[in-house]
Amino acid sequence: MAALTGRLLLKQKYIHPTSKFLSLIGTGQHQNNFSTSRQNQAAQYGGRHTVTLMTGDGVGPELLGHVQEVFRYAGAPIDFEKIEINSSTNSTEVMKNAMLSVRRNGVAIKGNIETKFDDPTFKSMNVALRTGLNLYASVVCCKSIPNIHSRQKNVDIVLIRENTEGEYRQLEYESVDGVVESLKIITSERSTRIAEYAFDFAVKHGRKKVTAIHKANIMKLGDGLFLECCRKVSKKYPDIEFNDLIIDNASMQMVSRPDQFDVLVMPNLYGNILSNIAVGLIGGAGLVPGMNIGNGYAVFETGTRNSGRSLTGKNIANPVGMLLAGCDMLDYLSHHRHATVIRESVQSVLSDKMIQTPDVGGQATTAEVVQAVIDDIKPKTKSW
Amino acid sequence: MATTSLFRPCVGRTILGNFRSLIAPCGNTQVNKQKYHETTVLHKPVAEPISHPAGRHTITMVPGDGVGPDLMASVQEVFQSAGVPVDFEEIFISEVQPGQSATVGSVVESFKRNGVGLKGIIATPSSFKGGVLQTLNMQIRQELDLFANVVRIKSLAGYKTKHNNLDFVIIREQTEGEYSALEHESVSGVVECLKIVTKEKSQRIAKFAFDYAMRLNRKKVTAVHKANIMKLGDGLFLRSCEEIAELYPSIEFETMIIDNCCMQLVSNPHQFDVMVMPNLYGNIVDNLAAGLVGGAGVVPGESFSHDVAIYEQGARHSYAEAVGRNIANPTATILGACNMLKHLHLEFHSRLIEDAVYRVVKSGKFRTQDMGGYTSTSDFTQAIVNNLHTG
Repeated sequence: MAALTGRLLLKQKYIHPTSKFLSLIGTGQHQNNFSTSRQNQAAQYGGRHTVTLMTGDGVGPELLGHVQEVFRYAGAPIDFEKIEINSSTNSTEVMKNAMLSVRRNGVAIKGNIETKFDDPTFKSMNVALRTGLNLYASVVCCKSIPNIHSRQKNVDIVLIRENTEGEYRQLEYESVDGVVESLKIITSERSTRIAEYAFDFAVKHGRKKVTAIHKANIMKLGDGLFLECCRKVSKKYPDIEFNDLIIDNASMQMVSRPDQFDVLVMPNLYGNILSNIAVGLIGGAGLVPGMNIGNGYAVFETGTRNSGRSLTGKNIANPVGMLLAGCDMLDYLSHHRHATVIRESVQSVLSDKMIQTPDVGGQATTAEVVQAVIDDIKPKTKSW
Repeated sequence: MATTSLFRPCVGRTILGNFRSLIAPCGNTQVNKQKYHETTVLHKPVAEPISHPAGRHTITMVPGDGVGPDLMASVQEVFQSAGVPVDFEEIFISEVQPGQSATVGSVVESFKRNGVGLKGIIATPSSFKGGVLQTLNMQIRQELDLFANVVRIKSLAGYKTKHNNLDFVIIREQTEGEYSALEHESVSGVVECLKIVTKEKSQRIAKFAFDYAMRLNRKKVTAVHKANIMKLGDGLFLRSCEEIAELYPSIEFETMIIDNCCMQLVSNPHQFDVMVMPNLYGNIVDNLAAGLVGGAGVVPGESFSHDVAIYEQGARHSYAEAVGRNIANPTATILGACNMLKHLHLEFHSRLIEDAVYRVVKSGKFRTQDMGGYTSTSDFTQAIVNNLHTG
């Protein structure tokens, strides 16, 4: 008990300085104190950005090395602040530094940090980062890539997932011996926020339909609230079609007829599962980027958030997902030209030149794919 | 927590192939502690030059008054000889020669479009003949929101000055403070000159200073102020710096009053690393510190907004008395141009020219008048060109 209070105190102490700062810089709530434009927060000077790079576990460090390599050849105006963080550096000090670094720079790209599930005291650092920075929306865009062997063709789905509450609040306790309660939190504030994000995304990117995924037939109150919020928000967007689907049916539809989906919006855990299914449909974990967006902060990573420990050091991991995550980051920072060049090169290497890693049926190594991308980029930068 | 630049090959080195020879080992940054009274020398891994000349860049060039056009000609000559893939968009703007001057609008538009520019000094007359109080320089800065000025004071090897082996950075807020151009005569014989300090801009410059320190592996940031007298104005600046410093636990933060700072600069300048200060103090300290390592002719400077970077001289003097005499020192302008190339990811060319300049200075054979010799601008430039490929 004493240890618990100790930890609580420690936690408060640790939160204190940043929260104090937050009230100064303002993330939307404190508009009177400080200008809230992203530019003022991001470390952008003379058109160049400093970006936090968190190495993560497994193949994270090597893939991020490749991203740096490709950025260099594309001439992307990005400087990296590298932070070594992985499951073995599980101290508050490292986490605090990583968090501060993102607060300073506004933008980060990261490899996934493994969460040991056989040790109950090990808190997920990925979740801590997302909640700490209030990265409320996770976005994964799944689009079929030509000439990649996959289960389904013509997939073009955007999965938008609430990233900070639901099952991921880590509120679990054993009330009576042998009975564990695990709390899933749904609030109308955050449900409305994610629904608004989804509809805004649909409008901005010319999408036609938003589908809310839920299990409100069983969790009538929790998921019911989420669904209710989505419905309310949909009234404000008459141009966008809205419907809802129960998660089990949605999973089945996803594998059998994925072309019916456009933009999906869902609570945390369903989003986790469905985005993995969708990524699996178009060719696997190595191909798809993902992003976590909050107020003023954004963290980019691979879509399925796995570390690929078994592939470490073998030079066979697929670099495409991380490269595309880098492109998304460049787009977010308004370096559209560089993003487009890299994206097109990746596309042409995968689909036209058919240089692919083993996970999508090719025989090339990671380095070969990256080299092919670089070779493709080189002549394009000549015209600048 | 190490800050890495883009050009630090750690993973994926294998695919570099024959570029490898250009890369130095990518070991960790070593900090070479020297005795007191010496600046800590940081040996950064020399890993940069990879982005080979893939494309051409267009940059804006504003030659300015005085010897500006001559110095820009030197830069162009060196760039041409080094094969730098940069094209210039030249615009002449001047306050003392209004007849030939372009408008502020066209200059600003060009800087905005190209994002990067090279600028000489635009002379400003001290007498006020009516009209707007803002000088052209201030208008350009205001329009582009060039809030941060950076001057890196670095001793040149082989050129002995009062203090040697110096390496520190002065960062100056340059859009508000005393330069707000708000002056008025309220009663006859009484002029009020307003100094504006805002929290937003103070935090912005403080954040710039700390971000700069992080990026270049610096260890300490010193905020310079006069908060003991201007308790509210400079006090706000100081508090803003303190607040931002909390975000950077790995960088030491200290404060110093401007008068003491000036004394320390001439007596023991090696204690400084990165300094951040409001507008006027920055102006004075820039010049003072430039004097420590050889004067206006050898110290480059740069100005940043969020989107635009402009490279110029560190100490702003147009040197009008030397016009047409071919005696100005092109070192500062050429080194500024090298910094610009670095910003454009042209590390290879930047390094090439920089090394040539350092070799010329180190050899001691070529000294322009301000360095105590008789070499002309054109001979000095030629010496740099001759040295380009001898390393």
